[in-house]
Parts: sequence; C-alpha cells; structure tokens
Amino acid sequence: MNSVVLENETGMPQAVALSERVHWIGALDPNLRTFDIILKTANGTSYNAYIVRGSEGVAIIDTVKEGFADDFFARLESVAKYAEIKVIVLNHLEPDHTGALPELMRRAPQAQLFISQKAQSMLKGLLKQDQLSYTPVITGDAVSLGDRCLQFLHTPYLHWPDTQCTYVPEEAMLFSGDVFGCHFCDNRLWNDQVGDFRFSFEYYYAHIMRPFKEYVLRALELIEPLPLKLIAPTHGPILRDRPTRYIQRYRQLSSPALHSEISAQQKTLLIFYISSYGNTKRMAEAIYQGAMQVDDVRVSLYDLEGGEVAPFVDLIEEADGLVLGTPTINGDAVKPIWDLLSSLTVVSLKSKLGGVFGSYGWTGEGVRLVEDRLRGLKLRVPIPGLRVKLIPTDDEIIECQAFGLELAQELMGIREARVINFADLA
Amino acid sequence: MAKATITFEDINVTVTVPAGTRIIEVSEKVGSAITYGCREGDCGTCLMKLTEGWNNLSEPSVLEDKILRENMAGKHNRLACQAQVLGGTISVKPV
Repeated sequence: MNSVVLENETGMPQAVALSERVHWIGALDPNLRTFDIILKTANGTSYNAYIVRGSEGVAIIDTVKEGFADDFFARLESVAKYAEIKVIVLNHLEPDHTGALPELMRRAPQAQLFISQKAQSMLKGLLKQDQLSYTPVITGDAVSLGDRCLQFLHTPYLHWPDTQCTYVPEEAMLFSGDVFGCHFCDNRLWNDQVGDFRFSFEYYYAHIMRPFKEYVLRALELIEPLPLKLIAPTHGPILRDRPTRYIQRYRQLSSPALHSEISAQQKTLLIFYISSYGNTKRMAEAIYQGAMQVDDVRVSLYDLEGGEVAPFVDLIEEADGLVLGTPTINGDAVKPIWDLLSSLTVVSLKSKLGGVFGSYGWTGEGVRLVEDRLRGLKLRVPIPGLRVKLIPTDDEIIECQAFGLELAQELMGIREARVINFADLA
Repeated sequence: MAKATITFEDINVTVTVPAGTRIIEVSEKVGSAITYGCREGDCGTCLMKLTEGWNNLSEPSVLEDKILRENMAGKHNRLACQAQVLGGTISVKPV
C-alpha cells in the first residue's frame, strides 16, 4: 500500500520516519498556486523540515513557512522534547523555511543555531534581532550529536547567497535545502510513491537554479563524492529511490548544450534587431559584416520579429556577446526588445559583452535605455551605443561596420591598449 | 589636483583620474567586467582583485570590511563600489 501516515489516530500531525534516527517534520501546502511571484505550481508545495537524533542530542534541520508552524511543531513534538534540541540548522533563510524559527528558538532557547557564512547579514534582516546568537559554518565544519554528526557543505547561490547543504554521514543522507527540490505536494512524500513530479523538478530547476549554473556545478563537486542513501530537499518529494539520478540530472541541466559547434578558441556574438522601416536592419547587417572580419568570432544575426523569446534566451545564455538593435518609438526602445530583456533573469549574463544600436527619427533614447538595462543585467558595455538618424548614409554604414569590428575585437580581447583621461569618459 | 591611474587589466584600459575617485565611477564607463549589484557596499557583487597598488586605495570602512570577511576575501580584494584611489597607480581585474 502506497500510503504514508502523516497524522495519528486523533488527527494530530505526526512525524514520518526516514530512518530510525531521522524524521520528516514538515508541512504540506496543497493550495499554493504561485510561489515567489515567479513560479507556478499545479498542486501546491511542501515545506520539508527534518529532525536528526544522536546519542547526545537532537538537531532540527530547517523549519517551515510561518502559517504552517502548528503542523511543524506537532510533528516535532511527536518524536522529541524541546529540551532535547541541541542544534538548529538553517540551510536556507528564505521565509518559507525560517517562518517557524523565532517560535522554535523561544521553545528551545538552549539550542545552538548554525547558518552559513553568507547567511549572517540576512538572518538579522529576517528576524530583526540584534542579539541573536549563532555559529557561521562552512565546508569542513561539523557539529556532533554523539553517534550522529552534521557536516556542512558551502553551496552558495542555490538559489540565495546564504544556501548550504548538511550531510549526515552515518545515515548517508543529504539535507540539500532547495537544491533537488520542487514545488509538488503529495502526501506520499517519497519519490518512488508520489505522482509524476518530473515536470515540477525540471521546472523548478529552470526557474530557480538555472541562473546559478556555475554555482550548481561547484556544489556538485562537493555532493557527488558523498555516499548517498537519500536526498532530503526542503520542497517536494524526498529522493530515496536512486537519488544519484537527480544529481546526474542537475549536472546535465547545468552543462552547456551547444559546445559541439564552437571550438575552445572561438567566441560567439549574437546580433538581434527589430526594424520598422528597415533602417535598424541595415545597421544590423553592416555591424554583422564588420564583426565577421575578426577571426574566431562566430557571429549570428537574428530578426527578433522572426522568433520567440524562449529559444533566444537559450541562445543568449550560451553566447559570449549580445548586441541589440532597436528603433526609438515614442521615446523608448520597442516592446519586443524589452520582452527579451525582461526574460533574461533566468540565465547568467555576468560579464558578457553587450552593445546597442538603432535608428531613430526624433530623439533616439532607445539605445541609451537599453545600454543601461544591459549594465543592470551585469553585461559589460565598453563601446558607446551607435545611433543613426533615420536612413543610414554610406558613411554611417561604414561607421556601423567599424562598430561591429570593434565589438568583435573587444570580444576577442584584441583591442589595442588604451589610455583615457577620466574627463573624456562619456 | 592630485592624479592617479587605474588600469583595468581585463580590457587593457588605463584611466587617469582625480585622486579620490571610486572605481565604480570609472569601470562601467570603460566596460570592465567588474559588475555591480546594490552599489552601496552591501551585496559583494563588485568584489575585485588588486594586482598592483592595493595600498593606494582608501582603507575599507567597517561595512566593507564585514562584507569582505563574509566573502572570505584576501587583502588584495576590495569592493569596487567602495574603494577610492588615493594616488599613484593601481591595477584591478574582476574576480
């Protein structure tokens, strides 16, 4: 029978055993449909928290969203007394995991709080308590519960700066925080018993972890060598059936997809444009020609009107440089450009090369506005944007070619060394 | 006015600046890959590496020092939004 008993005979929530010494003491939220504004969930989520019992005390790993604290405390009380709690670990400080923390600390004032190095300033911001006592930990740090031990793994930016994982070697269990989690609510809890949650797992990765792929890969270096019977994330099913498959999937999802076509010495430059009367298009084509003159730059030219945002986001994620061409209409860049730019927060753009150009009729603000947006998205924009009033002249087409050439040289790091006076900077 | 020079090694650009200039005032304009988040010394995004002239920068404030420690930064790492060049020559690059 595929059932997990979450309540006792009187209807009180009770803990669920992961092993003799480890229990789930989380809560189910089947009615949630939108999480953190950006995520949908078709059947809710769970806030997973855990308790580990050692010969010399008990540890609580993460808590739940504040409104679900009653379930959490009832489950905790079904397997431990507050006076036994020696350790509280927060793998991630987001309120859906720390909502019950203030009350837990009130009930177990003797417990020592363990958080990551980067969690320190966030903890103050969340709890608004200056006198809070805690111990910051990092990879290599551990706390003993006697015959059970909690080892900490520094896994930042998965998906906040503060995130960490906690490993219990005697149980071969990884308490992974939001890593390997998903918004999927099913009272059967175990990955081999719940409904089909694969979509939720992939969707969660795509929206939560994808911007931090390089950090995912670093975390996997720490996680992959661990003997694992089970991964216990803070959302969704507990992964006891072949847990390493989920680790392998994270590695696949975090590895580049397009490597085969681009050699190690080559770099990719994408030029996207949209044009109403063909003037910005002419500029784009000239920039494309200019960039093509540089060896080892693989240049692509795309009309935004001919594609949809999602595959363009995939392309940009893998590219080394991004150049956008937009007309200015009513004092702004046009909506398809903003639609693309507002969709890029799911990928890492840090330090990619950016450039902007466009034709305009009256005022031409679009180029500057998009440059500011690219800088806001953490691209570097070393070459001032190129604007042309209405139809480009032959000389202006040559200027566009030079702009493309310069961008491609910048991308390859072959521009000549320059000395600039501060007063001359735009 | 006292002058200083900042070299951004990642893009091979040197800028002559008035003493007291913050790195953030220059690096975005020349297109260095040092990137910024909060721009007020709280998030650590603009952590950079000094390859020359680290002692030509202003001393870290208490706030910057805290963020540097949280990021396990060495003495040649600074926040580009906070550090001011006091004179002489410095060279920086993104971490």
